[in-house]
Amino acid sequence: MQQRITLTVNGADRHLTIDPETPLLYALRNDLGLSSPRQGCSQEQCGACRVIMDGEAIYACTTKVKEANNRRITTVEGVSIDGALHPVQQAILDENAAQCGYCLSGIINRAVLLLEKNPSPDRSDIQTAFKDHLCRCGAHNRIIRAIQNAAREMHHD
Amino acid sequence: MTDRLPFTLRQTPDLDRWITFNEDGTVTVCTGKVELGQGIKTAIAIICAEELDVDLHNIRVQSGDTEAAPNEFMTAGSGSIEASGAAVRQVSAEARQFLLQRAAEEMHTSIENLTVENGIVANVQGNENISYWQLMQGRNFKVSANGEATPKPFADHTKVGKRAQRIDLADKVVGKPVYIQDMVLDNMVHGRILRPPGYHFRFQSLDQDGIRSMPGIIDLVIDGSFIGIIAEREEQVVNALEKMKQITQWARHGELPDQEALHDFLSTNASHSLPVIDGTPVEEPVPDFVTAESAVTTVNATYTKPFHMHGSIGPSAAVALWQSEKGRGETLTVWSHSQGPFVVRGAMAQVLKIPEESIRVIHRENAGCYGHNGADDAAMDAALLAKAVQGRPLLLKWTRDDEHSWEPYSPAMVMKVQADLLRDGHIAAWNYDVFSNTHGGRPVARADGSHFIAAWHMADPIAKPEARPGKGSHSGIHRNADPYYDLPQRRVIKHLVKVAPLRTSSTRGLGAYGNVFAIESFMDELAHAAGMDPIEFRLMHLTDERAAAVIEAVRDQANTIDLVRDDNPLLSYGRGMAFSRYKNAKCYAAVCVDLSVDLETSNIHLIHAVIAGDAGQIIDPDGLSNQLEGGFIQSASWTLKEQVLYDADGITSRDWDSYPILTFPEIPTVDVILLDHPESRSLGAGEATQGPASAAIANAVSDAVGLRLRDVPFTPERLKKAAAS
Ligand code: FES
Ligand code: FES
Repeated sequence: MQQRITLTVNGADRHLTIDPETPLLYALRNDLGLSSPRQGCSQEQCGACRVIMDGEAIYACTTKVKEANNRRITTVEGVSIDGALHPVQQAILDENAAQCGYCLSGIINRAVLLLEKNPSPDRSDIQTAFKDHLCRCGAHNRIIRAIQNAAREMHHD
Repeated sequence: MTDRLPFTLRQTPDLDRWITFNEDGTVTVCTGKVELGQGIKTAIAIICAEELDVDLHNIRVQSGDTEAAPNEFMTAGSGSIEASGAAVRQVSAEARQFLLQRAAEEMHTSIENLTVENGIVANVQGNENISYWQLMQGRNFKVSANGEATPKPFADHTKVGKRAQRIDLADKVVGKPVYIQDMVLDNMVHGRILRPPGYHFRFQSLDQDGIRSMPGIIDLVIDGSFIGIIAEREEQVVNALEKMKQITQWARHGELPDQEALHDFLSTNASHSLPVIDGTPVEEPVPDFVTAESAVTTVNATYTKPFHMHGSIGPSAAVALWQSEKGRGETLTVWSHSQGPFVVRGAMAQVLKIPEESIRVIHRENAGCYGHNGADDAAMDAALLAKAVQGRPLLLKWTRDDEHSWEPYSPAMVMKVQADLLRDGHIAAWNYDVFSNTHGGRPVARADGSHFIAAWHMADPIAKPEARPGKGSHSGIHRNADPYYDLPQRRVIKHLVKVAPLRTSSTRGLGAYGNVFAIESFMDELAHAAGMDPIEFRLMHLTDERAAAVIEAVRDQANTIDLVRDDNPLLSYGRGMAFSRYKNAKCYAAVCVDLSVDLETSNIHLIHAVIAGDAGQIIDPDGLSNQLEGGFIQSASWTLKEQVLYDADGITSRDWDSYPILTFPEIPTVDVILLDHPESRSLGAGEATQGPASAAIANAVSDAVGLRLRDVPFTPERLKKAAAS
């Protein structure tokens, strides 16, 4: 039942021989050594596993690896720009926008996409964009501020 | 002098157990407390950096390893910064003193002539200098803390009290493998547990051969109703578990009581009832109600809270490895996100029937836990399963369903209050009865049973021990049951209800959430009965100026806020406040909430909150405000949305759809005001805002629509019911 799968992850082609039904999350974490997509629920309810596939924020927990065959995937390990932190990552650091940080990977990916589509989101744009991302520590306001700071930072460039 | 040492330092006085100067120019400081997402590592690092005069980025914090770290028991009850902070401060002061003495000898001068900057000791009389690392030369201290060194006076602090960047976040924003689920060890296998569908189910049968022949399966462990599956790869273990769930036969022995009657169940079932005097229960008969003859009004109310979940975003996990070591016999190493690596080690040794010394527990972070969640159970599960794969590490993960349905919940509570009011509005008599199940279900080694789920399910089981009432000051059900107000007569009774419908244990704040919800809602009800402003009414009953200061701070800040109000006639706006001093001895917190109530949908929408906190000397202001705000948001979620649902078969809140929590669109803006008291000791603040948050919301709803909500959560259905009655 093994199948050869090619994933373009963070710009590089990666080949796997794997059960095609395997969740993409496990392939990324266990076979490709990418720890950033976190497992929270495995049922599209928390957003901790969210990665970017062909420009969409998808749930790596329920996407099967065969559905990602020959597609472009970006994880938090790959959002940096020319080796520097992405403005969203830097803003989260500067704002201490977390407590445990478990929710951050999914949020960073979602934020990167949001800022591509909406370069200056207001508070309620961000709240709506993150309606599917859970944070149990109550770091929401800091995360919202960090994303707004990142947006401003990107404008200045 | 050693009697002046902080407790854990007296227990482990050897400086080398606490602090190491590494060859790369960094310092490692060890703490027995563990990072739970609350930022403790950062606070500990700041204290160490301050006393040593070493830059913060050169400090490394190592925590929670039973073979390396000092035993600091449990990371709980907001005690870390007080206990471990004090120990690390003294350790660092002693290390500095030791190093300065050496430097003075080297430079033939006296200590008074030395200054230190980022670990470089300079002689002010010459231009010589020498670094801590040169002085240590990779050697050990080989001395014990003796209490002779004096930490810096607060006026000299340059790092404590300043905003610092969290030391753990740099790795987290780039997705590094920092959590326990990310561990990868050579030859590692994957494990999952198949739990019964509910508490009352026992294993009957399963087509074992069918499961064993699935791809990658290494072993299927069945020990009574403790069932686990081990595979080479994660998807293989998950596939097998899925199949097992479909085909396993269980038998039901008993059922859960009716959830509708939960609160009667608590207030009428047999309980161990103890009067609480000055926050501490005493083994004395329960006295009669106190009353005041001169009273003009008597007011009564009953409040309730349901079972709540910790609801960590990362399900519990652990790694276990059994090895046979020459000269040491069989050893077990467990990586766990338990709040008490030393404590869980003892509890596991009891179940495994091996000496504690043959187990090493090493802390690894998981997502925030907010108390005793599934962490310890996962460690036990992993240890039991890993026995089947001697020599190979086993990574065990709980599923979301495991976490929701088996974690030990925050107990349901019933709070009954009655007070007599005098004509001038003063409270003349206060009667308070709180009913709840135990808030203390942590696994600890004990002769009369075990708190591990696995221990209950094994073929040769160890039963759950009978709940015992906590007798410590503000320790469990009665945490914050004793009001912080000046009352001429009070009668406070805690009732530990021994029969518990659901498994319960410690959740952030323990009884304080329910008790402060009741007391602070009732204070507003009393103010209303007395025809007084609720804030004035509180201030009239408080003599502690620091308490008054946080209340006035939120009031003044809230008064400057110009809320944008929708002219939608269906929205009604309200403001409410509440106060408490955590454990009547720790952080002071006041919370003021603005919200709207939609008269059509009965939906409560939080708009803005102001929090004021006084946690004594501030170590890490940003960390402190993060904790105060995070606690508020979590409590708002408990208060507005959360309750564990169950039916006769078992828990029905098994995922985030059936147990919803507050989401981004529902988050209010929050202002946090910190009142610094550098002359007073630091007080833990991680649990300070949960209590006042709930009552502030209830008081604001009452302000908005004139309805008093006394039962958490305040769902639209509850509000509709209150409106109808
Ligand atoms: S793990 Fe994918 S949404 Fe929760
Ligand atoms: S920071 Fe802990 S879940 Fe978001």
